[in-house]
Amino acid sequence: MAQKEIELILSRQFADSLDTPIFITDTLGNLLFYNVPSEKILGLKYKHTGPMPVEEWSTVFKPVDAIGNPLAPEKLPLVISIRDKKPAQADFWIEGLDGTRRYLSVTSFPIIGRGHRFLGAIAIFWENVEE
Amino acid sequence: MNITYWGTRGSLPTIKPETLQYGGNTSCVSVSDGKTLLILDAGTGIRNLGDSMVRDMGTYFDIHILLTHFHLDHIQGLGFFKPLFIDGLKIHIWGPPSTFGTLRSNISKYMSPPLFPVHLRDLPSELTISDVPKGTFTIGNFSISSDFICHPGPTLGYRITEGDKSMTYIPDHEPNIGSVDFPNNPEWTSGFDLAYKTDLLIHDAQFSPEEYAQKIGWGHSSIQHSIDFARMVEAARLDLFHHDPGRNDKELEAMYIQYVDDTMPVDVFLAKEGQKIAM
Repeated sequence: MAQKEIELILSRQFADSLDTPIFITDTLGNLLFYNVPSEKILGLKYKHTGPMPVEEWSTVFKPVDAIGNPLAPEKLPLVISIRDKKPAQADFWIEGLDGTRRYLSVTSFPIIGRGHRFLGAIAIFWENVEE
Repeated sequence: MNITYWGTRGSLPTIKPETLQYGGNTSCVSVSDGKTLLILDAGTGIRNLGDSMVRDMGTYFDIHILLTHFHLDHIQGLGFFKPLFIDGLKIHIWGPPSTFGTLRSNISKYMSPPLFPVHLRDLPSELTISDVPKGTFTIGNFSISSDFICHPGPTLGYRITEGDKSMTYIPDHEPNIGSVDFPNNPEWTSGFDLAYKTDLLIHDAQFSPEEYAQKIGWGHSSIQHSIDFARMVEAARLDLFHHDPGRNDKELEAMYIQYVDDTMPVDVFLAKEGQKIAM
């Protein structure tokens, strides 16, 4: 088991310190860590799942638009940040495993470490009030 | 591989009768095989090393200074390292790549007026200054691995291997940061790969656990974290390093007795200025 890069370790420390939902992925989109506040969004607990391959967590995390149509993966901020190494922002709805529908604003950005090394991405979620 | 501790103190030189046993000079460790001389950090301990080189040796080694980071206790002795003032002597300084300036400009911030009377560019020795490459590189017979570790600002740890022996130098390190259930999660622990199964781990042990609780995020370890880290990486020997400037010899030994016992799977010692270790 290889040790994570220091930038990922410190990102996890940052995420773990906040009361805001945060996902951390590697360069392939595998979910390396999600903090306790984001467990509500996924309906899963990190201490039970640990890291999750992209194929696994993407079946749980299904964003939709205002009328319930699934969003194309390429429109998702995290996908854009991983693919293009750019920050991205979007608003969408998500239904967790607990059946609760949430209206979220999502900001994501690539993790670019020292020496311009691309190491993954971070997504931060804010729950909006649905009007 | 011959290792000598020239400075074991952290943060601030603390040279007084009460600290003579473990030493008051700040971080500096030399590693040599008789041909190549690696100098880990340039704290105030490097002055005595330089003096001994000028005094004892007619010829000089292939000299390489490897800096872990730019905090003053790791570079303060540089301007008093006599070999730097020997005309034409080749010295190679290595340090961490930084996002705030080149290695030369970062060293020059200290080695220039008003903080120091001599400009780095005016030194008569033949200086080469290089960022430490990511991963592993070779100097003489030594294989050197480096990695960034948890400490404020760009900070490296080094693992030096010669043949089947290795030593790992992580003088300033807070492994408890980032690993939620330290020391049970190597994958998320800074420095793990660097120190795994090393023969000698020289590691930060600046604080008592009580002091650490008041100084989380300062970039240093408690003695307990240092021991936990050594156990986790399965080091054969741990030398506790970067002694707090507020602790005298008796207080260091009292802390050692409180936290170290002979049932531990790793041999634990207090690093002592002047001590030599042959591996």
